[in-house]
Amino acid sequence: MSELHDTTYEPGLLAEGTFDPGEKPAGIKRIPRGVEHLATEHLVVNVGPQHPSTHGVLRLLLELDGETVVNAEVVVGYLHRGIEKLGEHRRYHQLGTLMDRGDYMSGIHAELAAAMAVEQMMETEVPAKAQWLRVLMSEINRIASHMVWFGTFGLDCGAMGQFLYAMRDREALVDVLEAVTGQRMMFNYVRPGGVLADLTPEADSAIRTFLRTIDGYLDEHDALLGGNEILQIRVKGIGTLDRETAVAFGLTGANLRGSGLGYDVRRDRPYAAYPELEFDVPVGTTGDAWDRYTVRMGEMRQAVRMIRQCIDGMPEGDVMAKVPKVLRPPAGESYACVESSRGELGVHLVSDGSDMPYRFRYRPPSLYSLQALEEILPGRMFADAMMLIGSIDIVLGEIDR
Amino acid sequence: MSAVLAAILPVLAAVVLMLVNGVVLIYMLRKVLGHLHLRYGPLNVGPKGIVQTTADVLKLLSKEDVTPTGVDRWMYRLAPAVVFIPSLMAYAAIPFSENLRITALETGLLFTFAVLSLVALGIIMAGWGSANKWSLIGSMRAAAQTIAYEVPLLLSVLPVVMVVGSLDLAEIVQAQSGTWFGVIPKWFVFAQFPAFLIFLVAALAELNQTPFDMSEAESELVAGFATEYSSMKFGMLFLAEFSNSFIMSAIAVSVFFGGWSLPWVPDSVIAPIAPVIFVLKTYVVIFFLMWIRGTFPRVRIDQLMTLGWKWLIPISLGWIMLTGLVLKLGELGGAS
Repeated sequence: MSELHDTTYEPGLLAEGTFDPGEKPAGIKRIPRGVEHLATEHLVVNVGPQHPSTHGVLRLLLELDGETVVNAEVVVGYLHRGIEKLGEHRRYHQLGTLMDRGDYMSGIHAELAAAMAVEQMMETEVPAKAQWLRVLMSEINRIASHMVWFGTFGLDCGAMGQFLYAMRDREALVDVLEAVTGQRMMFNYVRPGGVLADLTPEADSAIRTFLRTIDGYLDEHDALLGGNEILQIRVKGIGTLDRETAVAFGLTGANLRGSGLGYDVRRDRPYAAYPELEFDVPVGTTGDAWDRYTVRMGEMRQAVRMIRQCIDGMPEGDVMAKVPKVLRPPAGESYACVESSRGELGVHLVSDGSDMPYRFRYRPPSLYSLQALEEILPGRMFADAMMLIGSIDIVLGEIDR
Repeated sequence: MSAVLAAILPVLAAVVLMLVNGVVLIYMLRKVLGHLHLRYGPLNVGPKGIVQTTADVLKLLSKEDVTPTGVDRWMYRLAPAVVFIPSLMAYAAIPFSENLRITALETGLLFTFAVLSLVALGIIMAGWGSANKWSLIGSMRAAAQTIAYEVPLLLSVLPVVMVVGSLDLAEIVQAQSGTWFGVIPKWFVFAQFPAFLIFLVAALAELNQTPFDMSEAESELVAGFATEYSSMKFGMLFLAEFSNSFIMSAIAVSVFFGGWSLPWVPDSVIAPIAPVIFVLKTYVVIFFLMWIRGTFPRVRIDQLMTLGWKWLIPISLGWIMLTGLVLKLGELGGAS
């Protein structure tokens, strides 16, 4: 047997939590009469894939001792569409469409990574205006994505109102994205060589309107949810990931920065127009759920700051470089990564010189975050489990790909 | 004949009241939450969507009553009734006005609390009988929560009972008529403010409402103890919940907000519209509960227990002592 197939896998909780469809459901085990038969036992609950707070189709097997999680196992793959394999049978400019369907919450970032990987191989010079537009749309998309995280984080801890307040702000941004790209989620806006279109005057004024209101709204969010004592006692000190663990798990994005390591692709491996922008990278201290919360809230404020700079400093010029209709990069490989809303989103392309990639590999930041979940869940209360899923901000679309 | 009628009428009145109340409250909840959430709530069925709840109830009635395999049949079937009936019984002692109440119970306050605490039994039965892990966890939480919060709930109204010297809700209301200095109404919410706060927190916990909606925490337990219920069984669980929040608010109004009385207005004016005043006041309290529900996150079960046992109970005991001390001192002062 080859080394590849020689993987020993312990079924663990999965064996216990899986229901055999041929069997009649047993329900909960009945305890025989008599005090001497009374005993406590651990309960294995199957959270998901259809559950209100698994953020998509995540399946989680939790072994509970009363309310405490003893053991946790994450089961993924319910949204697998084979994006990487599909990519090997698509032309290079079609990769963006696939990437949109990976991390569907931050499509611009995903497209950008694919486009940059292709440009690297083609050695395309992207016009300055396109670079600025990429940053502008990335940051708009980042706030839109973080708003979903913020809203669902509120839902996870029972604050229903937060979700709808966050959706109000997201709605304004999604409208902007729609005005520019023509789509609300699957944008297909960033192409190898540039972007699809310039800002329309309507989009420009919509962004300006948004910028006038967002600071107040962010303060309101901070006061309503972040300033709530109940939320603070719920999230402070839970799910602590120290620096070493975070690095060992390969975490990136807000999850890593919450643990105190200020790695941000935008600053440390700059791309597009980011070197020309001024922004701070919010960093946490202890790496608990509260730190991840504050880092993301800070990121939204930084994104607003960058959108302001983009709107004011937008250069003139073309939005698209001269690229051939059919892209045939020379044989070789490239890796490009961007700071998506969830961390370092990378695309590795191997070209054999034809019009389709020989190998297309997509590094989803959520997958690495999700692995850390098994580390932080045991020992926490059951209710914390939901908060922790929320606090690492995963999108199952990109985990399963 | 008239004796039978006299026995049946109040029960019928309570049932009708409960159903109408439930329908109104569900509509109100959806509207209030809707507007709190930047939505509109129901709009299309009837003017401003007022018939929406009726339509929903009809839909619920027409649904298939599913009994999942593997349930404990008796427990599963009885549970909605065990939740529903105490909730119905609790209407017995609510004083809508001086004379308008189902029974004039001398121990009305105690009776209402005692009956309401039976709801937890129904929830435990529902959780156990459903043979569903979510339901089981939800009902275990409900049991722990009810035991923990029954105590501060009762302790919080004790100071008022000590001042009034009666457990009769109507007498408690009458003790609150009049004003201090002609301005501040003699409601116990002012004189007994700490007691009111404890009552409010404990009542929220007792009602399983946000921020203490442990037993049906939807983001954790899907639908908690009600997960496996469908059709009107679910409807009964749902209705009982709304009915309980009406009763708890009615008690809050009777004990802390002067019941059917209004300050500055002579009794002769109030007498014909007393029930209306009472219900309106109750709805204001319910609105407050809904407001909390639309805004607050949920606490964790261990934090809930800590709050109950380590804070609310000691504080309410301390407040009882203080009230007792003041009463005794007043008595001594009066005697000398």
